[in-house]
Amino acid sequence: MLLLLFRLSFLSFFPSLSLSQHFAPTGTKPHHRISVSLNFKQRKQREEKRRMMMKLDTSGLESFSAAVPSAMAAAEDQLFAPPSFDLPAGCADFDKFQMEAKQTLKHAKGTTTLAFIFNQGVIVAADSRASMGGYISSQSVKKIIEINPYMLGTMAGGAADCQFWHRNLGIKCRLHELANKRRISVTGASKLLANILYSYRGMGLSIGTMIAGWDEKGPGLYYVDSEGGRLKGNRFSVGSGSPYAYGVLDNGYRPDMTVDEAHELARRAIYHATFRDGASGGVVSVYHVGPNGWKKLSGDDVSELHYKYYPVQPTPVEHEMVDAPPA
Amino acid sequence: MARYDRAITVFSPDGHLFQVEYALEAVRKGNAAVGVRGSDTVVLGVEKKSTPKLQDSRTVRKIVSLDTHIALACAGLKADARVLINRARIECQSHRLTVEDPVTVEYITRYIAGLQQKYTQSGGVRPFGLSTLIVGFDPYSEKPALYQTDPSGTFSAWKANATGRNSNSMREFLEKNYKETSGKETIKLAIRALLEVVESGGKNIEIAVMTHKDGLRQLEEAEIDEYVAEIEAEKAAAEAAKKGGGASTSASS
Repeated sequence: MLLLLFRLSFLSFFPSLSLSQHFAPTGTKPHHRISVSLNFKQRKQREEKRRMMMKLDTSGLESFSAAVPSAMAAAEDQLFAPPSFDLPAGCADFDKFQMEAKQTLKHAKGTTTLAFIFNQGVIVAADSRASMGGYISSQSVKKIIEINPYMLGTMAGGAADCQFWHRNLGIKCRLHELANKRRISVTGASKLLANILYSYRGMGLSIGTMIAGWDEKGPGLYYVDSEGGRLKGNRFSVGSGSPYAYGVLDNGYRPDMTVDEAHELARRAIYHATFRDGASGGVVSVYHVGPNGWKKLSGDDVSELHYKYYPVQPTPVEHEMVDAPPA
Repeated sequence: MARYDRAITVFSPDGHLFQVEYALEAVRKGNAAVGVRGSDTVVLGVEKKSTPKLQDSRTVRKIVSLDTHIALACAGLKADARVLINRARIECQSHRLTVEDPVTVEYITRYIAGLQQKYTQSGGVRPFGLSTLIVGFDPYSEKPALYQTDPSGTFSAWKANATGRNSNSMREFLEKNYKETSGKETIKLAIRALLEVVESGGKNIEIAVMTHKDGLRQLEEAEIDEYVAEIEAEKAAAEAAKKGGGASTSASS
């Protein structure tokens, strides 16, 4: 209460001073002096006040009197200066602060997923490792989400984001079926998801997903991400291991493969990505989407696959280690 | 002020929604409209009341397109129709944008009917005073469809139907004479139904034909006159055959 009265009296002297001028622009110096701009009337008032305080005739002491008022004014300013404090961290450059905050929350899409269309349908494959920085939090994450019996979605980015929004998409697809008495197309489903993600753009969602399915127009594959982008294509790989997967996939891809050949190609591509990328590993799952819906083809542990692809060559032992005979 | 917040459409003690029924009355006063579905064609016909001499008849379009593959004709308050048609056109485009597919006839009918129903259950508004006939082809399908909606918000599919003035007599005629037709026969059936209640002549009828290939086509007056002439000739021939047969039997007896 007292502070308020103090404030009010202060303000009555300098009514033109807006409250925002009390805060220092940057949290550098604790007591940053602000230059107060007064209008003519206020300056006159201030001079009047000073003159009233000095009842002495100081006409012969001009230099002295000239010095004193400035000192008095300085004291005054100190006395009447408002308490100043540091701004909270990040207020200086708020945009930079916001970007950094998003980066710390973003799990930089540590994963490898891929999907491609060929003559017999769509193959979808993914690893199963979840990492938090350098810590492997799980080796058995389901990264291929079954939206409905004929549509699959892959997970890359934030696990919670992907799981929730895919589930939500599943609900919307089912509602569409019930309302329109026919299944939603892969085009429509991916567009619904992309529009939802676009409306959350900039709020820190992290999703890089592929929607794969078979509808009236045949096999369909779309890449949708949390920036609101949506791409139609024949071959996609998403995640930190995607460059390695692309290398193997693009090299071995032919549109007229059989289902088994496509299955093997997808499995090898993911395996090689897990070999070189630290954020990918665990189990390779491969699904196939055909005209009657999806079917899981295999789920192989990558370490076992490694020894299958690169069996250990028995090396001759030079020196047999023998236990020292008991003394 | 509080009085106007109340819903205008409230139930009567015996379960009627009088505002909706009055809206149906308004429809019954509107001009006649008929729709006939064939196997590959669907036809809409509307009665054209005599145009005042100074009016530019081209600005009075009774059969409108909602999208390249959907058309609509209505009976009732034309101003309400304008509002409903605009909302339906926006919805057609919005659907194309969100699912990258054109609307099906059933979808847009459901949307229009839903809109009509909303206005029977909101505060301070009155129902739309029109019934619509919606025709079109579903995307990726060559089968035509015909739907009807009314002010209460109900809708259903029909092989042939009529609304507006004297719709009962038109519907009776259609029930008696409907058969699966295609192409020109469908057009003739629609015109015959309309001629039951409308003064004969091309300038009193507006006909639009929709096919899967060519979309919506409004028939010229001259074309309609041709069809009317054909129909009259057929009718005369049928009459003569009946009379001739009757005469021969009477002669023999």
